[in-house]
Amino acid sequence: MGYPHPIHPKETPVLSRHFGEAEARTYDGWAARGGWEGLRTALAMAPEAVVEAVKASGLRGRGGAGFPTGLKWSFMPKPSARPHYLVCNADESEPGTFKDREIMRWTPHQLLEGVAIAAHAIHAERAYIYIRGEFTEAWAIMEAALAEAYARGALGGDALGSGRRIDVVLHRGAGAYICGEETALMNSIEGKRGNPRIKPPFPAQAGLFGMPTTINNVETLAAVPHILVRGAAWYAGLCLGSPKSTGTKLISVCGHVQRPGNYEITMGTPMRDVIFEMAGGMRPGRTLKAVIPGGSSVPVMTAEEVGRCVTDYEGVVAEGSMLGSAGMIVMDDSADLVYQLWRLARFYAHESCAQCTNCREGTGWTTRVLERILAGQGKPEDLDLLVDLGEQMTGKTICVLSDSCAAPVVSGIRKFRGEFEAYIRRERQPALATV
Amino acid sequence: MSAAHPAAPHEPVLVGETRARLEALFPKYPTRQACLLPALWLVQQARGWISEPAMAEVAEVLGLTPAYVKGVVTFYTMYHTHPVGRHFIQVCTTSPCGLCGAEDVMRALLRETGCGELGATSPDGRFTVVEVECLGACGFATPVLVDDDFHDSVSPEGVAGLLARYP
Repeated sequence: MGYPHPIHPKETPVLSRHFGEAEARTYDGWAARGGWEGLRTALAMAPEAVVEAVKASGLRGRGGAGFPTGLKWSFMPKPSARPHYLVCNADESEPGTFKDREIMRWTPHQLLEGVAIAAHAIHAERAYIYIRGEFTEAWAIMEAALAEAYARGALGGDALGSGRRIDVVLHRGAGAYICGEETALMNSIEGKRGNPRIKPPFPAQAGLFGMPTTINNVETLAAVPHILVRGAAWYAGLCLGSPKSTGTKLISVCGHVQRPGNYEITMGTPMRDVIFEMAGGMRPGRTLKAVIPGGSSVPVMTAEEVGRCVTDYEGVVAEGSMLGSAGMIVMDDSADLVYQLWRLARFYAHESCAQCTNCREGTGWTTRVLERILAGQGKPEDLDLLVDLGEQMTGKTICVLSDSCAAPVVSGIRKFRGEFEAYIRRERQPALATV
Repeated sequence: MSAAHPAAPHEPVLVGETRARLEALFPKYPTRQACLLPALWLVQQARGWISEPAMAEVAEVLGLTPAYVKGVVTFYTMYHTHPVGRHFIQVCTTSPCGLCGAEDVMRALLRETGCGELGATSPDGRFTVVEVECLGACGFATPVLVDDDFHDSVSPEGVAGLLARYP
């Protein structure tokens, strides 16, 4: 639900059903809402059967990449003397995305339950939840929930009386967007700078501390208990569009809408329903200009594309962008797209870990060229230069931070070229002081 | 970012309760090095910032070198390598909040605190204001972190009242 707004009739609240209920934060409050049944069910099953159930549900990674979750789990090797680790990525830092924060703030036990089920499924005795440093409130709530889950015996040496050991450790980040990248995150837990690693080896072969590791997003893991309780077929049936996109998805809607918030939809719901009905549409007298639908790292969509778009992994790709983390940044006709894209480029330049040249230089130069355009000093050839820079930043680096900077900028130039040219032709007042 | 480093000799920080809290973390990780980020948080909570002698202390306890520790400290934006004001304010101005007026909130914070510019500490030592990238609360623009307190939906008009709660 779009807390603090009531549940919209077109929503399918599963993960978000209890947002806003402070009592759901406690062990008993969560149990009274059907909580911990998913873990109880899973612990009575063989780990491989849990993996099969998640495979059958069609659940895909909710952090941005959309990789099938059950398949990822099945990549883990057979149990051996080497410990296996589960890592939960709670480093939510993608501009426009604020769903994992709400899952942790309102339903911490939902996440702990999902973490414990996944740990069981991949033969891990220990799981780490990496929470971004800025999430002080979510941290305190998770810490209290974890202590309670241990005190009640849901976690620890004999999880829910199953004889299985499942330990969960909270690990606090310290301010670095790049640590949301899975290999950078593992380096960060290991006490290193958050530089992404070259893959292969993939985490299932050599991940955290060099051991077999599975890493999943908060929302992905929070969906797992529901799949165990209500069945894979039920989850797979939540599908209005592509059969490859199943279940529910939390859509964070922000920017120029009347009711920003998280709305939980059945996969395949029209994007116009999310923006114009659930989130209340534009302010009076305003019209939609553009949406960056997957967090800030994906191509910009025009109002026309939004009007046609089916909200699932395949539907957003069909309209030239990506679902990503489904943080939708909405801009109405008052927004200065050039300025907003400069601000995003500056974000990526600030957050580049700087180990790859094309990213370090590319994000920096993209920012500086946009800066001079906004300062009224742009040249006609600057737009081609930015597109060329974007090509040099795509598919040429260890991780996709560089691609993520290029995607909104290059698509913005392709779709809204006139707005850039207005600055270059000095038809528009400079938005930035001389650089 | 020009606050002078105190000339007073370094008082050990990884002692007493802080040391005990650090050692309680050791069983949770297979290596000592993995306790580096938590150790740095403990130092910052105890002292407000992380000085070079404190980094050397952390290095000693975890079996690392001071140069390595400094490399990690400076990679992460939330660790302070110089003293900051009594209250540390982080305001999000990334695009989603920017669309909703975050830059006006930032300007109001700079004006009302007397900091004047980002990263500077107010003359009375009470506040330091920094701009921060995406606080992950885009639906609640503008979010402002004061120390560990998260405030959402802050408006320029609300800034004075917010600051009054932090003497």
